[in-house]
Amino acid sequence: MEIFLTYLKVFLVGGAVCATGQLLINKTRMTSARVLVTFLLAGALLEAVGLFGYIEEFGKAGITIPITGFGKSLAAGAIEGAKKGLYDACIGGLASVAAGLTAAIAFGFVIALISKSKPKST
Amino acid sequence: MDKKEYGELVKQATPKTKEGKTLLLAFAIGGIICMAGQGVSDALTALIPSFDEKTISALTGVVMIFIGSLLTGLGVYDKLGYYAGAGSVLPITGFANSIVSPAIEYNKEGIVFGLMAKMFSIAGPVIVSGVSASVAIGIVYYIIGLFA
Repeated sequence: MEIFLTYLKVFLVGGAVCATGQLLINKTRMTSARVLVTFLLAGALLEAVGLFGYIEEFGKAGITIPITGFGKSLAAGAIEGAKKGLYDACIGGLASVAAGLTAAIAFGFVIALISKSKPKST
Repeated sequence: MDKKEYGELVKQATPKTKEGKTLLLAFAIGGIICMAGQGVSDALTALIPSFDEKTISALTGVVMIFIGSLLTGLGVYDKLGYYAGAGSVLPITGFANSIVSPAIEYNKEGIVFGLMAKMFSIAGPVIVSGVSASVAIGIVYYIIGLFA
């Protein structure tokens, strides 16, 4: 029962994040790149002011799987690095998302190489 | 009710219903993708209990990015995106899609200036803004730490 509740929360929080993004697209005709940047920065900012943890505790993957989680990792890495010194403060963000970025670039490259371009149909 | 009035009514009603549908679809599909992410995270935790929370979270991202890239390569993700809108864009699988989709499309223009360069047409702004923000946050926290 508890696991069901956890997944329900994940669904609700994740759904709310995505519906908010859709609302932005509908109301402002934002492109997907702008929406991604907006939510990434929102995630980073929430982590920087210390609020992200509360949402994450409740919504888990609902807030970390959307791009807000990517922003959170960037900010959290920088904050962690800042405890060690200026050098780590500057590189900590990128270091903490190294796995995800490497995966996106490497998988992206290989899969794009072997995939055939399909005509855009809806 | 004459034709003009009816036209006004249609104008008022149409975008709203459509908008409600896009919101609902974004909510449902976005929520489902996040639940899938939670599933991956829980599975990884059960499979490799020795990994700490941070590594599990990074690995979950890697797995989701792989799934997103693969589904894009198979041509499934862009079709899903037609219905899901932000529900497929915002999850990390959508970030993978934003890299693979233009890479496939521009592959014909050559590997270096087509595939490799166009990979970052959407991911580029995301990475630039994210990394810059993280540097700014790091410096601010470092300076605060000096006085605390």
